[in-house]
Amino acid sequence: MLRAYAICVYIFLYLPITMIVFFSFNAGKYAMAWEGFSVFWYGKAFSNPLIMGALRTSVIIALSTAILSAIIGTLTALGLERLKGWLRITFDALIYIAIMVPGIVIGISTLIAFVSVFDLVNPSLAGLGIKLQMGTWAVIAAHVLFNIAVVALLVRARLQGMDRSLVDASEDLYATPLGTFRQVVLPLLAPSILAGFLLAFTFSFEDFIIAYFVSGPDTTLPIYIFSSIRRGVTPEINAVGSVVLLTSFVLLIIAQAVLRRGEKTARAS
Amino acid sequence: MNHSPSVIEFRKVTKRFGDVVAVADNDLAVKAGEFLSILGPSGCGKTTSLRMMAGFEQPSSGEVFIRGENVTGVPAYRRPVNMVFQHYALFPHLSVADNVSYGLRQRNPKPARAEIDRAVDEALAMVRLEGYGKRRSYELSGGQQQRVALARALINRPAVLLLDEPLAALDRKLRRDMQIELQNLQRDVGITFLLVTHDQEEALSMSDRVCVMREGRIVQTGSPRELYDQPVNRYVADFVGKTNFFSGPTGAEVLSIRPEQIEIAANVNALPEGLMARLPVKVLNRIFLGEHTEYVVASDKLGEFMVMAPRKSEREAGVYDIGDMIAAGWRAEAERILPNT
Repeated sequence: MLRAYAICVYIFLYLPITMIVFFSFNAGKYAMAWEGFSVFWYGKAFSNPLIMGALRTSVIIALSTAILSAIIGTLTALGLERLKGWLRITFDALIYIAIMVPGIVIGISTLIAFVSVFDLVNPSLAGLGIKLQMGTWAVIAAHVLFNIAVVALLVRARLQGMDRSLVDASEDLYATPLGTFRQVVLPLLAPSILAGFLLAFTFSFEDFIIAYFVSGPDTTLPIYIFSSIRRGVTPEINAVGSVVLLTSFVLLIIAQAVLRRGEKTARAS
Repeated sequence: MNHSPSVIEFRKVTKRFGDVVAVADNDLAVKAGEFLSILGPSGCGKTTSLRMMAGFEQPSSGEVFIRGENVTGVPAYRRPVNMVFQHYALFPHLSVADNVSYGLRQRNPKPARAEIDRAVDEALAMVRLEGYGKRRSYELSGGQQQRVALARALINRPAVLLLDEPLAALDRKLRRDMQIELQNLQRDVGITFLLVTHDQEEALSMSDRVCVMREGRIVQTGSPRELYDQPVNRYVADFVGKTNFFSGPTGAEVLSIRPEQIEIAANVNALPEGLMARLPVKVLNRIFLGEHTEYVVASDKLGEFMVMAPRKSEREAGVYDIGDMIAAGWRAEAERILPNT
């Protein structure tokens, strides 16, 4: 009984996703009428300049987000480690809140923030021939905003599990604080930083809501999918969706594996 | 000019953490080449003292000297001392060889690769771990990790090797072996060892001198024999070895008699000649410990006390059972009157 229930839940969860992948290999031109196996739509999708342009924009955004979040998030975690008392509790809470804030709120609030800032600075920048506007960089900024919290949380967990006496041992063996950071702290944090990097990449790559608000004239892959669905679901869209799915899936599995391995060496010490 | 024979010296060192005084006004001089132990219960300030020598903590007041040079305020990475940590603190992301060479690799200029390799091989051979260089530290047993930690510190030829409860994490059998190994190692390398421990047996068996601490203060420093035979007060007598205390009439002093200095026999007349005290006692408890037996006996006048009877006399006099009425006595020189502090 319980097993039948579980199977139903899994079907409910995964059937729609399976359908998309299944019909992406459809030979026919309608999304939901099977006419035989083919990879035709993958070829078509990859030769579609609009899709490739959107993919490029998405990869640029995701990669920039991941790099910036990994750096800033790690520094945040290291900084938080030094705080004590209520200040620390406050900042800890703020990090969790940053993760829990719904995407739509981040989207709207960054949109408003950017618009106000642009309105403020654009008149003075006009003389230089510069005009700030929504677009790729705005999306990156909004994504970094909440992915910092993701990275910081992962690195924090690893830092707290780290044996303090390793730092003492390094300094006792004549390594300067910077040398200790480079030779001991950073290598031990590396798995969590890498996992944070991959998660940030995934979250950014598949985000639609935030990008929808602040992407301006630029089109990311999720935005492209959304806009073309309004003209009807085609096997081409299914193919693109499957690629996005596979990318996210693989990255999440790698992130998980990296974290697990890191925990193992941490425990072994 | 410096004529001080001390490798490490504390001059009026005090360390406060907030309102808590961890180390109070300590003077301590560690002589070159000696094996000194700081002995005391947890919270007595012994680990804080060690950390101030290593440079992880700085004194609130007072000065620390290493080889006659004032190093107060100098951080750990610029002090010529090395430490063996309680849980070894081996770097889990590095091989055994890279752990051992860590100190050498921080030097400026960095020694040549071949030179480092040779020093690592030598250091590993010294702790009998030849051929273990490529392993990861977490693949080794506790005793092996301990020896890697020793090699990692000794390869730098420190002025003093600081050991923070180095044997606490090992099981009993291994601990005995490591005690002997540490002593031999210290003699071989001729480096000053400073060990911190709460285990009196460890301190007494390995050290040339022992420094007993209590609540941040040094109570007594001396050879293990001095501490055992001439404790300055009740605290030291109690902490170093087992003893019986009999309170004096004023309460300011106590009489201490070591259990192995008390003789027992079947009756008062069977006790040897020349004892200053002879009393009938009742056996309350008996613990067989192999080479000797520990009795708890009680007399009407003095109450309960402990007697350590060697195996030899037991064979002669027979084993006494719980409830037996026997006799106990001791010589005048067994009595030691100590301040009750």
